[in-house]
Amino acid sequence: MTMQNVGRPTRPHAASQSGHTSLTGGRGLLQDEALIFELGGWDKTGVDLASADHDASDLGDLVRAAPIGLPGLSEPEAMRHYVRLSQKNHAIDLALYPLGSCTMKHNPRLNEKVARLAGFGDLHPMAPQSTVQGALALMDRLAHWLKTLTGMPAIALSPKAGAHGELCGLLAIRAAHEANGQGHRRTVLVPTSAHGTNPATAAFVGYSVVEIAQTDDGRVDIVDLAAKLSPDVAAIMVTNPNTCGLFERDVIEIGRLTHEAGAYFYCDGANFNAIVGRVRPGDLGVDAMHINLHKTFSTPHGGGGPGAGPVVLSAALAPFAPAPWVVAGEGGFKLVEETIEEAAQGFGRMSAFHGQMGMFVRAYAYMLSHGADGLRQVAEDAVLNANYVKAKLSPVMTAAFPDGPCMHEALFDDAWLEGTDITTLDFAKAMIDEGFHPMTMYFPLVVHGAMLIEPTETEPKQELDRFCEALTALALAAKGGDVDRFKGAPYLAPLRRLDETQAARKPRLTWRPEDKSVSPAPLAAE
Amino acid sequence: MRYLPLTPTDRAEMLATIGVGTIDDLFSDVPEAARRAALFDLPLHAGELEVERELAGLAAMNRPAGAGPFFCGAGAYRHHVPATVDHIIQRSEFLTSYTPYQPEIAQGTLQVLFEFQTQVAALTGLDVANASMYDGSTACAEAVMMSQRVTRRKKAVLSGGLHPHYAATTQTIAHAEGMDIVRQAAAIDAEAAVLDAIDAETACVVVQTPNVFGVVTDVTKIAEAAHAAGALLIVVTTEAVSYGLLKSPGEMGADIAVAEGQSIGNGLNFGGPYVGLFACREKLVRQMPGRLCGETVDAEGRRGFVLTLSTREQHIRREKATSNICTNSGLCALAFTIHLSLLGERGLRELAALNHSKARELRDALAAVPGVEVLTSRFFNEFAIRLKGDAASVVETMLADGVVGGVPFSRLDPHAGMDDVLLVTATETTTSEHIQAFASALAGRTA
Repeated sequence: MTMQNVGRPTRPHAASQSGHTSLTGGRGLLQDEALIFELGGWDKTGVDLASADHDASDLGDLVRAAPIGLPGLSEPEAMRHYVRLSQKNHAIDLALYPLGSCTMKHNPRLNEKVARLAGFGDLHPMAPQSTVQGALALMDRLAHWLKTLTGMPAIALSPKAGAHGELCGLLAIRAAHEANGQGHRRTVLVPTSAHGTNPATAAFVGYSVVEIAQTDDGRVDIVDLAAKLSPDVAAIMVTNPNTCGLFERDVIEIGRLTHEAGAYFYCDGANFNAIVGRVRPGDLGVDAMHINLHKTFSTPHGGGGPGAGPVVLSAALAPFAPAPWVVAGEGGFKLVEETIEEAAQGFGRMSAFHGQMGMFVRAYAYMLSHGADGLRQVAEDAVLNANYVKAKLSPVMTAAFPDGPCMHEALFDDAWLEGTDITTLDFAKAMIDEGFHPMTMYFPLVVHGAMLIEPTETEPKQELDRFCEALTALALAAKGGDVDRFKGAPYLAPLRRLDETQAARKPRLTWRPEDKSVSPAPLAAE
Repeated sequence: MRYLPLTPTDRAEMLATIGVGTIDDLFSDVPEAARRAALFDLPLHAGELEVERELAGLAAMNRPAGAGPFFCGAGAYRHHVPATVDHIIQRSEFLTSYTPYQPEIAQGTLQVLFEFQTQVAALTGLDVANASMYDGSTACAEAVMMSQRVTRRKKAVLSGGLHPHYAATTQTIAHAEGMDIVRQAAAIDAEAAVLDAIDAETACVVVQTPNVFGVVTDVTKIAEAAHAAGALLIVVTTEAVSYGLLKSPGEMGADIAVAEGQSIGNGLNFGGPYVGLFACREKLVRQMPGRLCGETVDAEGRRGFVLTLSTREQHIRREKATSNICTNSGLCALAFTIHLSLLGERGLRELAALNHSKARELRDALAAVPGVEVLTSRFFNEFAIRLKGDAASVVETMLADGVVGGVPFSRLDPHAGMDDVLLVTATETTTSEHIQAFASALAGRTA
């Protein structure tokens, strides 16, 4: 009991329980919050800067005269604005976030702390190399861990996200084919269950995409693969464990057939979390694989990035890696920034600098914390948690592939919703009212009304039980005809369902002054 | 292991619920030949204290930019970031959330993106902006590829003033997509040279201002020439603070503006993560790459925000998508938006004026050093100087005096024959003492 309540203890009052609305639109701790363009002063600032000594400028008519249109907030206003907004987000730190294929696991705060050390955070990418030896050493050690864990001999650290890594891998494959007189190969084979970035990347690099069929048990149809592996095929792109959450049992045979046809095996490493420390992709015949550091190695997702997507490469592809890379020499570490001199075959450059260093520091701290033993336990607990969820929910929902174990994700279809008039989307929105983030929906495309649940290894058993109890209760409600609970959901979120059709039909992508009566007053030209 | 909540008892109970005997039974689909029974040859788990000690040891081997006189720019800039910014971006609800696929429980992230897009559109003087790209260089490559979709032409002309790493990135990525990249030779005042390369096959012209040598250019005439030929003008900016002082790309006729947004809200981080800004004219919006946030209403008519126009994106369009991009740079965009909200119009203009002032002070000090020739006349906070001798060697020897004296152009482009050119930058973090230390260190080393 708080001090202010002494002698006046509060008690729940039945009349206040339902249908109550406030007079202002506020909802207790959940504040309504306007946009900065409606809050900010056009002449207000939250920084105090020294004045400029050299006022005069010879820039003449290159100077910006018209108002820019940027409102300012004082520091307390800015703090309050963004803290209020933050409270409208779901987060891993609040509850289970079972987005399949996204690997939403706990983000250790030690990693945030070390990434902010001045020796990493305040380091310029073009500072003389003799002044950044610790950073280059870290990149070298990170590379060693990733190469050891994957059993691959080479790595390109610079790709900035998974899709960027896919691009890097396919460019290395294309460069290798061109160097070997195989530049005429124009096709990339992709399973129907693949993530959308796979075909998008292949098309981007100019390849035609041909889909490989899937077997009834959710794996690559190896007969169909063999039939489509022609001299025109440059590569196959296979996710393993695949997007159905299953290990490709025939993966070694897939690699062998691919190589026999003169093509390369690109593996999408999005699901590496399920096998890290237990299986090395290098032992499976993989030629290139990106590693989403923001998934397996827990760099924070940050509301949609930044990620990091280093690519490990086989000996066949290693000579074609893009710049830059780190080499250890007598006088210390050297960053090789030009492909032209040191490796005539490198295919170019993926971005301006050396990759997502801030993510490298976090991922390396994560690896050191877990060690060889902890990383193996990561894979085991991730797989155990997913199979547990699958077992607990199978009595009320239909597992897409009920026979045999899954890996780190449990995949359900919507067969169990048949006749209820409730869709996967409705069910997912009702989960929001129960305090959980929905699972990945309608992906992979090969499973009708797919619901892909990835609990990750950082969920305790109690939270999984709570989650399974909530989903079981919802499933029983759905089957019991409680349609409104689903069709109208969510009821208890900061907002109800949003009109996405209207958003796309008449896009409003920026705030316009006419949206509010207050418009920016022109500032005097400086 | 402190990050793994399951106890041995939990694991046994869960295996029983699943109906298997051991954890190995759950990995039964892995081929025998690929199962590794032994632990990998890597260290075992370590406590927080030990990990922090190792990382701190590596960090201590580096010289942070803030340790003393420091003049590097060339695409990454050291600015002061208010403490509030880093505090807010570490809030769990921003740090540990994902792409806002469920808008009802992601309005925090979505409203920030809408604010970000509006700020970027305002800065660049264009109509619409996306929710961010990986960085400035990849945004540049995406803009070039977008010009192909808009014009259905293949040729892109890159000015010799474009940051060489941006040009190399664009060449790698856009060429892979089938474009013909015409990269002009590096030159201090390179912009006018693009006029001769524009023809009826040209999809876009890419010009950077301030350019890699710091030169500020009015690109209005280039815009006119590009438009007359049916091509787009893409304006690149690597120093976003310059928007507070200089005419915007939109005012000068740009169709697409891309920029590195690191300068606002984000630290140097040895090159990443950064945040790419991408803005364009409204009529081009459906050809834009990357995520877009749009305004709409919820079932009760309340304003809300959603990811929109996703029919451009890979998860819907697969091989027909405008780009393969999935992730953006959300948390860096958040840092950008918070910092810019704190600055506001007045703060950004003051910050830009202060940067320009410091750079002029630096120019005056270096111009007075015998053997130094200032090559850039109209600049923002960065300019090029010519030394008598190899700039990289001079930078290396100045370290003995505690001065990090800028970026030798040869580091960015070793084949340009400009080994004597040094790029130097001053920002609000530069002091007069630093400038004097630089001038003293340079004196005698360039004669």
